[in-house]
Formats: sequence, C-alpha cells, structure tokens
Amino acid sequence: MAEKVLTKAASFYDVYERKSGAHDVTHYCPGCGHGVLHKLIAEAIDDFGIRDQTIFISPVGCSVFAYYYFRVGNIQVAHGRAPAVATGIKRTHPESIVISYQGDGDLAAIGGNNILQAANRGEKITVFFINNAIYGMTGGQMAPTTLIGQRTTTTPRGRTVANEGFPLKMCELISTLESPIYVERVALTDPKNTSKVRRAVRKALRNQIENKGFSFVEVLSACPSGWKMTSVQAKQWMVDNLLPQFPLAVFKDVSKEIEPSERSKVVFSTENVNELLNIPSEENIRTDIPKPLTEHQNPRIILAGFGGQGILMLGLGLAQAGMQAGYHVSWIPSYGPEMRGGTANCHVILSEERIGSPTVSRPTVLVAMNLPSLEKFESQVEPGGLIIYDTSLINQSPKRKDVNVLGIPATEMADNLGNTRIANMIVLGAYIAYTGIMPKDVVVDALPIFIKHKKLIPLNVQAIEKGMAFVDKNNGHA
Amino acid sequence: MAKQLIKGNEAIVKGAILAGCRFYFGYPITPASEIAEAAAYYMPLVGGTFLQGESEVASIQMLYGAASGGVRCMTASSSPGISLKQEGISYSAGSELPLVLIDIMRGGPGLGNIAPEQGDYNQMVKGGGHGNYKLIVLAPNCAQEMCDLTMLAFELADKYRNPAVILADGFIGQMMEPVEFPAPVTELPDKPWAIHVDKNDETRLICSIELEPEVLEAHNRHLQEKYAEAEKNEVRFEEYRIDGADFVLVGYGVVSRVLQTTVDLLRDQGHRVGLLRPITLWPFPGKRIVELTGSVNSFMVVELSNGQMVDDVRLAVNGKKPVHFYNRMGGMVPSPEEIADQAVKFLED
Amino acid sequence: MSEAVGLEKAKVVIREDECKGCNLCIEACPEDVLFEQKHLNRMGYHPAGYVGEGCSGCGYCFYQCPEPGAITVYKKGYVGEEVA
Repeated sequence: MAEKVLTKAASFYDVYERKSGAHDVTHYCPGCGHGVLHKLIAEAIDDFGIRDQTIFISPVGCSVFAYYYFRVGNIQVAHGRAPAVATGIKRTHPESIVISYQGDGDLAAIGGNNILQAANRGEKITVFFINNAIYGMTGGQMAPTTLIGQRTTTTPRGRTVANEGFPLKMCELISTLESPIYVERVALTDPKNTSKVRRAVRKALRNQIENKGFSFVEVLSACPSGWKMTSVQAKQWMVDNLLPQFPLAVFKDVSKEIEPSERSKVVFSTENVNELLNIPSEENIRTDIPKPLTEHQNPRIILAGFGGQGILMLGLGLAQAGMQAGYHVSWIPSYGPEMRGGTANCHVILSEERIGSPTVSRPTVLVAMNLPSLEKFESQVEPGGLIIYDTSLINQSPKRKDVNVLGIPATEMADNLGNTRIANMIVLGAYIAYTGIMPKDVVVDALPIFIKHKKLIPLNVQAIEKGMAFVDKNNGHA
Repeated sequence: MAKQLIKGNEAIVKGAILAGCRFYFGYPITPASEIAEAAAYYMPLVGGTFLQGESEVASIQMLYGAASGGVRCMTASSSPGISLKQEGISYSAGSELPLVLIDIMRGGPGLGNIAPEQGDYNQMVKGGGHGNYKLIVLAPNCAQEMCDLTMLAFELADKYRNPAVILADGFIGQMMEPVEFPAPVTELPDKPWAIHVDKNDETRLICSIELEPEVLEAHNRHLQEKYAEAEKNEVRFEEYRIDGADFVLVGYGVVSRVLQTTVDLLRDQGHRVGLLRPITLWPFPGKRIVELTGSVNSFMVVELSNGQMVDDVRLAVNGKKPVHFYNRMGGMVPSPEEIADQAVKFLED
Repeated sequence: MSEAVGLEKAKVVIREDECKGCNLCIEACPEDVLFEQKHLNRMGYHPAGYVGEGCSGCGYCFYQCPEPGAITVYKKGYVGEEVA
C-alpha cells in the first residue's frame, strides 16, 4: 500500500543517533532544501530496493551529518574529495551504488578538479550537487555559485565580477565532457519543479543500478538562513534570482543509448600470481663457481661512458650473472647528482659477504668507455685495482702505475661484428676472462634475463666470446 | 633457491601483490614512478585495478574510499607528493583506515631535486598532517626489504587499523638487488568494521568527524592506546658488530648500508664501533638506545637531512651520553671513508 | 469495517514536534487546508496544522517539507497502520 501513503522512508534511521539535538529531527534549518533532497533520495532507495548496496558519501558542508539519517553504508570525507573517495569505493566494489552528495563549495570550489576528473573518467556513480549559492555550514560565506551582487559574509558589498569572477555553472561545464551520460539541473521550488527533482533523482540512480555511467544532478536549493529570509521568501528569491542565472535543463542524456549491464564484483584470487608477476620459480643460483684469485675477489666496480654505449646494461649483465654465480650483488644507476648530461655510469658490487654501501667510492675495477669517464674516475681506483678502457675511443693510456690496465678496442671489435652497440658485451667477456670471476656459461645463462630482444642473444654471446678471446690472446688469464 | 635481480621500487609492487593488495591509486613522481608503472603493468594482470588519479590529493582519497570498503590498497609518491597527501593521511588515521603509503624520498624543500634525501622523516614519523595521530613507518635498506617490509606494512596496517608507511630514499628505490619472493598471502583478514555492500541494518560508517569534545577526546584516547600497543609489539631494528662497541653509529635506509661499511673500516683501524639501524622509525627503538646508553661512550647519527631522526636518538639518550651528528643534504650521499674520518674526529674529541 | 475499502477520505498527519515552522507546506497546499498554529512546539516553532477536512492527498506538502518524518499523507483507500 506504499503508493497510498507518503511517509518517512525506511532508508532513514528511525532514531538519529546524534549526540546532541533531538533524535527525531534533522539538524537542518527550517526551509532548507537538503531535507527535501534527502527525502527524495531515501524514497528512491526504498523503491528500488538498493539499501543494502548503497554507499552514501557525506561531504563537508551542511550535509556532513547525512550519515546520521541514511540507513545505508556511509563514508564521511574531506572537503571536496567526495568524487575521489567515491571512485575508490566504486572501483573496489563495482556492485555497490555510490552516491556522492556535495554542496557548492565542496563540489565547485575546493573539489572542482575532483568532480571534473571523476566525471571525465566516467565513474559509474551518482552525483547530487546541491547548489544554494552560499556556504551554509561555515556561516554564509561566498560560494563559487554566489550571484553577482549577492551579499555574503565574505562579499559584504556584494560579489563583483572584477574581484571574484562569474558564478560557476557546473552543469554547463560537465556536459561538455564526453563521459558523463546524464547531466541535468533541477530546482526545489514549487511542487511542479520538485516533482522534476524527484524524477531526476530516480533517473540518476537507475542509471547506476543499470551500470550505465556517470550521472550528475544539480539541485538548486534554498538556504533561508544564509540568505537571511523566511523560507517562503527564499523560494521566491530562487525563482527571481537563481533560476535566471542557472537555467533548468537536461544538459546531456545519452542513458537510453547505453545497454544496461550487470554490476560485477571484484573477486580476490591468488591463482598463478607468481607466474603473472614473473617471479622465477626454478633454482637459478649456482653454488659450484670457483673463487677467482684474491686480487679479483669482491669487486667494487664503476662502469662509465656516454649514453647509448650500453653502460647500464653492461652493469646489469654483470649483476645478473654475478647473482646467478652465487654472489651478493648490487647495481645502482647514475642517479641524482651523479647524473650529467650525456654520460652514464653505474656502480656494481659482487661480493661473497652481505654488501654494505651499494655506492662505490673507491672502485677496485673501473670500466671506462670514453675519455671523460677515464679522467673522472681514474684517480679513485684502489691501488692494485683494474682499469679496463676502450682503446677505440680513448687515445691515451691511464696515468696510474699502481693499477692493472687492460686496454681493449671494444668499439672497433663490435663494429667488426656489425653492431657498435655490442661493445659492452665485448668488455664483459674481457672482464670475466681477465679476472676469472665467473665462467662464460653463467653469463650466457643470464643473457635472456637482461636482453629483451631474444634474437640478439647469439650476437651477444659472440661478443662475449670475442672479448674473452682478446684477453686470452693478449694478456692470458691473470 | 630462486632469486630475481630487481629494482627496489618494483620489488615493492610485487611484495604488495603477494600481500594481497589489488588496488593502486597514485600519481607519478620521480623517483617513485617505477612503482606506479609496475603497478599499472601488474595490477590488471592479477585481477586488480591501477588508477592514475588527478593528483596526490585525489589519489590518497581514492585509497580512503577503497580502504573503507575493506580491501588492501596502496599508493606511492615522493616528498613533494607526500606533502600533498597529508590531508588524506590525517583523515585516514582519524577514520582508522588501513592502507599502505610508499614514500621514496627526494631532495627538498620545495621542488628540491630528484636525488636521495631523508628530509621526510619528520613529516612521516612526527605526523605531517593535523591531529594526534601516528603512522607505522618502516625503513627498508635493500630490495629484499622493499618487498618484505611492504608485505609487513599491509599486515600491520590491518592489525592496527592505521596507515602504514614505507619510508625509503631514492637510492633504495632505484637500486637493483636480488630478491627472493615469499609465498603469496592467500587469506586476507576479515574486516567487520568495513563498509560492506551485502549486509544492512547495522551502522556501516567510516568517519573522522566528532563534534562532541568528550567523544572526540575518547576517540583520541583510543588511538593513543592503539599506538601504545604498537610501541610495545612492533619495534624492529638491526644491529651490526655492536658487541663490545663503545661508539655506536645510528642510521636508516641507504645510510645504514654506508654505515655498515664504515663500521668495518673503523674496526679495521682498531676502533670499537657498532651500528644500530632502526627498521621501524615509528615505533622508534628508543628503548634499545636507552639500553646501549649504559655501555656506550657516545653515539653518532648520520642522516641525509638537516637532523630529524637525531632528535629521537637524543630523546632516548636523554643527555646521558654525547650524541654526535653528521649529515649531507641535497642528494649528496657520504662515502664510508668520509663518515669514518668524521667519526675518528668525534672519537678523538 | 469488515471489507477493507480503506480510508474514505485522504488526510494529512503532522507530527508537531518535528515541524520547524517553515510554512512551506502551507504555501504549497492547493486546497488551503494547512495553517500555522498559534501554540509553540518543543523547539519553539509554530507548527503547521491540518484543518481536518479537505485534504486531496496530492502530497505537495510532503514533498515541500524538509523533515523526513514531520508529514504523513494518507490517500483515499489507504489500508494499514497509521503514524501516531
């Protein structure tokens, strides 16, 4: 017999559990539009049978306490952020019906970007924007929708275009976006307009129930207290002043063109998660790698050159292979103050012990692929350390006499292989051959992990072999 | 054993997913962007959602919504972005929402630079937002811990219904190291307080407002009790060669790695030096420092900041022993030798 | 009444203690059967009252009233419990 009686909706609590004030009336002032809009929303929630699924976002503003009234899921949020919070809950619970209920300061001022972006993403939520052209809860200050000439406590002589600009028309703005499916402005004035508000509320909720998209209903509403008039005067003031500035219209409605669909639920699953995360499952750490000579143990390596020489990749290869050879490893790219235009360097440590500082201040190995790198880092190399440099690009030898030096024409050798960019792997081959830090097969095993283009792997193997052969021929194993 | 050489930032995302997180809301910023990028890649693969919000301000509020619904969710940013998130952090703490925040610190103040710094200690450990709240703050110092502590952060966030933070610096985020990934968490904790969409006729409310002073005070007392419980249970730290040490270095994050090498250098020179590395910055291992005060002659705190954690060390030491301080800022990271030289000066004073 | 034919006439019931005296219902009533009462309610407002005759059950007052529970309108033919 519901149609035969108009009474308090079941979606309102019987008793409002506010700590102060009566438990059977709202905190709203006499004649306030919030209560009417609350009634229309609660009635629709009842009629559509969606109370279980509804989540109502209470904003900052007069409707901050809406959660005391609506017998649904309630989230009270920060000023202006309701559309962002609504996005969070709706994305995690797409089966829910999320209502973002916001006033003019909340939605059009502090949360202006939040509402535009949520609208533009087409979040499948319902937004009720109550516009009364004033800040109610904070005591009658200017809102972004305050009219030109309207006096508020922060526009005591009336809002001016010169100082505050024009009132923001949110429906007009939002309806220019492609994603929203329904944008309408209605007004809580006479019974006729109020029945249009009722229709708009129901349509905006139905759109969400049918999983269609973003619906936005702007509701012009009276604030007799803020406007300093009686409730009856306030209604007339709306007609005379608000409606001319904010014309009532359906600004956009494509909801009929969208097929209803099921609101799905996110199901938590851990099936195949390791595989999907590309986490290795097979044993990949060797324990049978013989130690190199003492002087080559626990290398702290700086690799440097210019961008494009594959310096970072060379470091990665060393670290990846080193890890698979059973070493503790770390790799740090040139980053922060080390970064210089056009140059690249990285620090790699291979160690039998847990690694302390991952940054290398006194390298035991320097790989210099261009002259500036050699000049910059040569002096830092530990006495007894090793400098490997590309003699194709560096036409002077290191000055240090207290270190081992391996010059290799890596770029020319790479050029002979048909690709100068493979010089880095030639150097890698030379380094492992010179130091005996790990055998070739470990490096070859590691290649597919750090080389993205699989068809380049044979060329990389060839380059490593060339580098190794160069050392065997010219220096022998150290 | 199966290990993966991986960037710290990426290890965070994999750790999060292994911990049962399927929702990421964030805004890119160097040097934390790899976290957003990895989340954008992996989240949809595991049935989750990645959403790039319109700002840090919005992203944290998306988490507020997601956490209200009871799911495990996360965001990441770097210092200036964290400043923007402080609004939502305070609200989340007030509403007792478990969520995980990653801060890959960079140089400041202002836009600063993208190099590693530790200038966010105060805004994370002391509360950069308004109100009487605490964040659980974990400070990893290697890629393995970027994974492990992220997983722990989700657990602690749920356990205490409070935001938990991974506070790392650009180096730890950008560095690659081997990580051995633990098994995925398959059972997530039940959250009866969350806004569910399948039951009704009970108060389902997430809220940080309370106008009645006595009620808000009671809520604050409840929060403090919860924090006291965390202080009792969750202090984590690591020590290195601390036995017999009369001079103790204190540092977290990448600094603690440098200090490990410094300790070795100084021990080689015959100094009895050890290292205390807080893993939880809040709750802070102050009690352990009090214990050490008995046997140690002096402390030396090293930070990549103007001296933020050193305040907590001084509070614990309470004037009983000298607390020396050495720092670099702006993205400069001291070498082990540089710190050792400074330590020797303090030792000889 | 044995057979449920329901209410013979529509009527409006106003819970005076929930009325904030805004008069919007009175203003909206097309039948002019609501009025501002002389006495004050517990909140200090002059509550709206029903003259007791002439309600058409249109519901205009219900949808103008901002208070969820202040006004109940029973239409002709209503069967069931009524608010106190």
